[in-house]
Amino acid sequence: MKFTWFNLMPWPYLPDDFREKHRSVWVDIDSRLFDPAKANEVYNSYMDMLEYAGTMGFDGIGVNEHHQNGYGIMPSPNIIAAGLARRTSDVGLVVLGNSIALYNPPVRVAEEFAMLDCISGGRLVAGFPVGTSMDTNYCYGQIPALTREKYQEAHDLIRRAWSDPDPFAWNGRYNKLRHVNIWPRPIQDPPPIHIPGGGSVETYDFCIDNTYSYSYLSFSGYIRAKALMQGYWDRVAERNAPDESPYRAGFAQTICVADTDEEAERLYSEHVSYFYNRCLHVYGGFADAPGYRTIKTIQTGALSQYAPPIDGYSSLTWKDLTEQGHVIAGSPETVRQRMEELIKGLNVGNIFCLMHVGNMPMDKCMHSTKLFAEKVMPHLRDMFPDYKDDNRFWCKPLKKQAKPGSLPAEKEVAALVGGKD
Amino acid sequence: MEAKTVQTPHVPVRYFEGGKGEPLVFLHGAGGITAEDPFLAELAKKYHVYAPLLPGYGDSEECGELREMLDITLHTWDVIDALGLKDPILVGHSMGGMIAAEMAAIAPNDVSRLGLICPAGLWLDDHPIPDIFAMLPYELPAVLFHDVEAGTALMTAGVALDDPEWLKGFLVQNARQMGMAGKILFPVPDRGLSQRLYRLKAKTVLVWGDGDKLIVPAYAHAWKKAINGAELVSIPEAGHLMTLEKPEHVAKAISKLG
Repeated sequence: MKFTWFNLMPWPYLPDDFREKHRSVWVDIDSRLFDPAKANEVYNSYMDMLEYAGTMGFDGIGVNEHHQNGYGIMPSPNIIAAGLARRTSDVGLVVLGNSIALYNPPVRVAEEFAMLDCISGGRLVAGFPVGTSMDTNYCYGQIPALTREKYQEAHDLIRRAWSDPDPFAWNGRYNKLRHVNIWPRPIQDPPPIHIPGGGSVETYDFCIDNTYSYSYLSFSGYIRAKALMQGYWDRVAERNAPDESPYRAGFAQTICVADTDEEAERLYSEHVSYFYNRCLHVYGGFADAPGYRTIKTIQTGALSQYAPPIDGYSSLTWKDLTEQGHVIAGSPETVRQRMEELIKGLNVGNIFCLMHVGNMPMDKCMHSTKLFAEKVMPHLRDMFPDYKDDNRFWCKPLKKQAKPGSLPAEKEVAALVGGKD
Repeated sequence: MEAKTVQTPHVPVRYFEGGKGEPLVFLHGAGGITAEDPFLAELAKKYHVYAPLLPGYGDSEECGELREMLDITLHTWDVIDALGLKDPILVGHSMGGMIAAEMAAIAPNDVSRLGLICPAGLWLDDHPIPDIFAMLPYELPAVLFHDVEAGTALMTAGVALDDPEWLKGFLVQNARQMGMAGKILFPVPDRGLSQRLYRLKAKTVLVWGDGDKLIVPAYAHAWKKAINGAELVSIPEAGHLMTLEKPEHVAKAISKLG
């Protein structure tokens, strides 16, 4: 199993009446709710938390990209990942990912990921999302019906930029480049690639054909994800993929651990409520620009992955959220049992653990993280013994990595000029 | 009106044909058009009307090859060629007006009479056009109609949101149609037309609803200024979908083209 401690980086100061007074947490969220001075503390404590998780035995620490979004203040995950690369060691840096259709030209992603891979000593796990409609279309102005074609071209260009040892010309529809020749190149050839998807058949096939891991990043939990993930595994079988390795798939799950089930509710319910009520308050008009999803995907019956439950999240109580699996919460034993259900039920080898929830303060987040790392994770390590050597979907760091603090002592520098400096 | 199909180099094109008189080609707006459209019926009283559907609209085939303004402009010329028409009266509503104006700018010697009904295609920073791509269906009547109540009744006829099959059909149609419209209207409906309008040689009639809340009447004046000799006809108590609200008035304005 590969466990990644993941932080969406929500803004923790959305007001109590956010739902009533504001129409959306995303795209046209009121900028007056953002306080840059407070953001200084927020970013630094979130990065501290990621670094802490990096010391607790997780396989990876994860970041992602959103724009104009009150629950994800990371328009550039690469900036955060660069900071983490310097302050962590051994743990995978899961950047899930860069919305490659948004970069002009997309070789920028090839370059920045190569930098991250070199700085971190080969610890990058790369993600290439199409990007949500909110981010890609409404915030970044991409034409919905052309987004996927542009994404595909960006992907092909990045892969070739990483692998072709010679300068080449790229005469694409969306990119014209006469001299593609990126410096630096990534350590990993190529870094493992995870593709976040929301149930489209095209994305299933894209992952299967390229040996990429398919990630379902939902906030509605493992029980509701069953049909979608089954669709993926059916497709894996239909396309005669060489194996059904669980590492071909990943799943994001909100997890809260305490000493007892009751304690979990007492400690975490207000933060879970903050997330589902305020952070997921997205105006319906931004959910799915017409043309963004393919006709085939709509016809398979999938509503937008951002479509809320029929009565909305606001009507869901702690009991509803935990029983329906949106959130896995409780004592280490409760969480272990439910995680087993998730892992077996969905056949997923990569878990993106959403352990910071809404406006959760750092002490509670550390408590939950520590309990998960020490009392849950070890019991879940060997869920798939048949595939324990399947490293195709994970980073392969250098055996000996450079560490910060490599400079010589000042007196050694002085010795260069006879000790007279 | 009779539904027919004509083959063009890229894709078979669905069109409605009816009426007798001089040939007139009508290009619909982003919402599409049906054979029962009251404005087509009005036009057909005086003209031989051809109303082609943009690929993806109604039951017509989609066309991935059409990606940008130039593709769509030339495609629509292909349609006119395929129909065997030469210099028909060219009329367009909203998005269709944008396409018609582009066609006239790119081939000014082939369009001598042009009718533009509250066309899209210009952008005024002081009057940002509401983002129809970010509106929920129930929000649309308020910007599309002068008489919002009547417009709502028109738009909600046959709607069955609690029927999953109906909903799927609606989402598919919306993705096909508005996905196509988005290629020239999203996220800002300006593809540089303002710098090409000087090329127009056609006798041009602009028709605008006084109550247009989508592309407000300030745009009517911008268009009139940009097209040499254009005549502006204002229709009182009419909104953006005035071809539905005031079909006789709009058809009368178009008849000024001859």
